[in-house]
Amino acid sequence: MSQYRQIIQQGLWQNNPGLVQLLGLCPLLATSSSLTNALGLGLATMLVLAATNAVISMVRHQVPNEIRIPVFVMIIAAVVTAIEQLMHAYTFELYQSLGIFIPLIVTNCVVIGRAEAFASKNSVLASTFDGLMMGLGFCLVLATLGAVREVLGQGTLFAGAELLFGDWAKVLKITVYQSDSHLLLAILPPGAFLVLGFVIAAKNAIEARRKAKQPAAASTVQRARVTQAGS
Amino acid sequence: MLRFISKNAAILGVAAVACVAVVAGVNQLTAGEIAKQALEQKISSLQQVLPAGTDTSSLLSSCRLVKNSEVFGANQVPVYSTQVDGKPVYVVETVAPDGYSGNIYLLVAVGADGTVFGVRTLAHKETPGLGDKIELAKNDWILSFTGKSVHNDQDTHFAVRKDGGEFDQFAGATITPRAVVKAVKKAALYFQQQPQILLEASMCGGAQ
Repeated sequence: MSQYRQIIQQGLWQNNPGLVQLLGLCPLLATSSSLTNALGLGLATMLVLAATNAVISMVRHQVPNEIRIPVFVMIIAAVVTAIEQLMHAYTFELYQSLGIFIPLIVTNCVVIGRAEAFASKNSVLASTFDGLMMGLGFCLVLATLGAVREVLGQGTLFAGAELLFGDWAKVLKITVYQSDSHLLLAILPPGAFLVLGFVIAAKNAIEARRKAKQPAAASTVQRARVTQAGS
Repeated sequence: MLRFISKNAAILGVAAVACVAVVAGVNQLTAGEIAKQALEQKISSLQQVLPAGTDTSSLLSSCRLVKNSEVFGANQVPVYSTQVDGKPVYVVETVAPDGYSGNIYLLVAVGADGTVFGVRTLAHKETPGLGDKIELAKNDWILSFTGKSVHNDQDTHFAVRKDGGEFDQFAGATITPRAVVKAVKKAALYFQQQPQILLEASMCGGAQ
């Protein structure tokens, strides 16, 4: 069970794709202008990561090392396309809100990153779980970013949640403060970089404080690397 | 060496064929459903700008393509026609070319007498937080068109307040609402002055 605990820890904190690996910044920064959008992309990424990790883990013994990258790329593209079309056909409401994000996931290098670093070396179950946890970590960072930017930039929280969760979610919308002149910078692209910077800084500060508390602990800093040494 | 290369090439080929097969299969499976959804989506978006209870059964088959670069922008635009209370109403997907950052795509329903039945923003690239209030999801400004009418080019009330008209501009964004108002006005005048153009226009290809 300790393997799964470690996967959770790696995905959510130590090796968080958004904060430590800094993978997938393009969709991360582009869609985090509101909490609803951020959650939408986060959930979609989570699903795709779990699915691609599972498929790649299944074929890992059949694919020779030399051509694994092109094969992974094809698998990821095929899985994402299939998911998009299935969503379009059978969950149209969800597709309308998430649809634009699905193709973006292909550009997310965390997908190929996990395929290469984890799924190509581990069992199907562990790989699927790793995909879910990495996706969840990514989703949490996105949601944090989206929430901060939305509060600063629009003074609301969960605006437009009904697009994602259905009509009942209109009650989720919270108006934090009302003003005609919001901090526009927060919604524009530079705001995304700034907020992400602060979030990373906060994470590092927490890490540093933790370390200061237990100075005796052997501290071999595990650098966040997509490819693990010795593989 | 050669055997090694050809073996890898073969595996790569098999993987490619398998991936394409999956995508093609899913496409085959979902194509019908997706087309049906797109059609329903189209009808429901057209219904938004028309009064409740309007007959929409023949709406899609009434689609015609009209080109007029002065009024609708550079490309051909689809125009749908129906009747409300026995009078003709036109729904057009028009373009406001002079938005703050590029084209603003609008769905406009106008009667032959110049009454505006409804306007919706289809797509735009206006500044988030300022110009994007033309989306119904952000602000109900776009509803202020409903019931307004325009009769001739000199109608000064059909403009933003800054220009002496009836439509609010947004704090910090005048260009966006001004562009939208102007495009709606042009579309309304166009169908008032030359509705016969639709009889000569070609049917929309493909869209049944």
